[in-house]
Amino acid sequence: MSTEVVMPQMGESVTEGTIVRWMKKVGDTIDRDEPLLEITTDKVDAEIPSPAAGVVVEIRVQEGETVAVNHVVAVIGAPDALLAAAAAQPAGLDAAARTAGKQPSTAPSPGDARPVASGEELARERSSPLVRKIAKEHSVDISQIHGSGLAGRVTKHDILEYLEHEGLGGQTGPAQPRAGDRIEKMSVMRKKIAEHMVISRRTSAHVHTVFEVNFSRISGIREARRLEYERAGRKLTYLAFIIKAVAGALQAVPLLNSSVDGDSVIYHKDINIGVAVALDWGLIVPVVKRADAQDLPAISGAIGDLAARARAKQLTPDDVAGGTFTITNPGMLGAQFGMPIINQPQSAILAVGAIEKRPAVVADAVTVQTMAYLALGFDHRIIDGAVADTFMSNVKHALEHWDPDKA
Amino acid sequence: MPSSTGIRTRPEVEVRRLGRVPYAEALALQRNLVEERQAGRVGDLLLLVEHPHVLTLGVRGDGGRSHILAPSDVLAARSVEVFETGRGGDITYHGPGQLVGYPIIDLKPDRRDVHRYVRDLEEVLIRVAADYGIEAGRVSGLTGVWVGSSKLAAIGVRIARWVTSHGFALNVTTDLDYFKLIVPCGVADRGVTSLAALLGRDVDQTDAEARVVRHFRDVFA
Repeated sequence: MSTEVVMPQMGESVTEGTIVRWMKKVGDTIDRDEPLLEITTDKVDAEIPSPAAGVVVEIRVQEGETVAVNHVVAVIGAPDALLAAAAAQPAGLDAAARTAGKQPSTAPSPGDARPVASGEELARERSSPLVRKIAKEHSVDISQIHGSGLAGRVTKHDILEYLEHEGLGGQTGPAQPRAGDRIEKMSVMRKKIAEHMVISRRTSAHVHTVFEVNFSRISGIREARRLEYERAGRKLTYLAFIIKAVAGALQAVPLLNSSVDGDSVIYHKDINIGVAVALDWGLIVPVVKRADAQDLPAISGAIGDLAARARAKQLTPDDVAGGTFTITNPGMLGAQFGMPIINQPQSAILAVGAIEKRPAVVADAVTVQTMAYLALGFDHRIIDGAVADTFMSNVKHALEHWDPDKA
Repeated sequence: MPSSTGIRTRPEVEVRRLGRVPYAEALALQRNLVEERQAGRVGDLLLLVEHPHVLTLGVRGDGGRSHILAPSDVLAARSVEVFETGRGGDITYHGPGQLVGYPIIDLKPDRRDVHRYVRDLEEVLIRVAADYGIEAGRVSGLTGVWVGSSKLAAIGVRIARWVTSHGFALNVTTDLDYFKLIVPCGVADRGVTSLAALLGRDVDQTDAEARVVRHFRDVFA
């Protein structure tokens, strides 16, 4: 006689479990109540003892796989099962496992006399309370869902997947113009931007993180140096400080200055920072090359030059190529912060919010400070949150502790 | 044990305060006590400890090794040990200022529900946070206790024949910089916090411990 080992019901709302590890392999002998496998459900690991003494003749579910409660995961045979099977069939373990596994099968055979219930009845009968609850909440007919669980049972995974795809299927058709609407063809630039944005959304796993930065120190430095810069025909903008701070942080956290290429990550040697410039007719991103190797006056000069040429439509293809990181500035028009889309094939983009005076707590007193939110959009395929936040805290620290002699 | 009112009550959970214990030692002690509990030689226990700096890895995949952000020399320089545990789950950090609780409890016969057990542990810690005026809660799909999008306490449980081990780690005055060494439990876009960080002041470890014990006894009465 052999005994089936099933995925145990570890709680009322537990519908499935994942095999973490088999403590025995096929052919091992095992005592009743001796640990056979370990499963996990959410953050709970459980050691499952063998329901019978004997030999492990079959392991049906591999480590890492998730199955529904009551799904057969292993078969324990009588202590002599393997020997007997081996004697009858020299084919060995596999054959023994198959033979032993067949006998106690509970799957209905063709000759099963039980009346056949309708699909819906079966599904209702066999789905867990959790699945039924989800179905009710979303007004979904369980019988319409393909069940991957035991005997076609609908698992939580099945219903969630169904809901996700239904959501996509529920899209409405294209917009229809009505009387009085104006129709205008997209410009080449508009079409390129549209394509670029959609591709980026589809390519990267976008995540955003927002830091608040105190710009009071930078503000003071700007005031102190304003005349000096103006005499040289330049403007010392906040953006120049931000580019310089970002360049430094990219050196410290090079993953933010990388691109995905298939299943490789390309870490770029050069730090070339693109700056999104809003134009009356669209948007263009000229690039400040080797920002890490330039000092603040040089960066200020480069930004002024690029922005002027962008507005005069005099940028060369080289001016907009080779960017490894982008900064965008929604704060110019008053936005507190933006949630930017990554400029492919880069991996991260920084949006600078409005830099303005706000009440802020400094040394336990509410004071007026020059503050701004910096929002980073990053590709979670390769950049984890802690890395992104390390980068951001680096930028914040640089801006809040700027050496006045380096301006 | 029947009480005078005739209602069946559980014997009170025995609390053992062990102070600073190396992770490996606590692990061995738990294994031992789980066997003792299974054999009925001890009653329900709550071990309270604090660990020296340690990163613990799970058994799945690379056990979360890819979630260590710091190179090994940085770990060594900050005397952080890396420890491979028998548990599932991803990587976790333990260290000074963190109140770690290991309940060794038999869930048989009437509490055999792993979800309920985890919810109960979360409840204990939510009540402790409330004592400090902090509104903590659960995040669907992410075990642990959260304040906003930051994790205040981590939970990881092991059950063998319905006897529990491992448990919870509540950040009381934990130096949160150490979490920058890892992506806590593989959840990358969420942060970590502590009672002290939330309150902006120091929190007495003994006081936090007393509150954990009181709410644990209430919830698991």
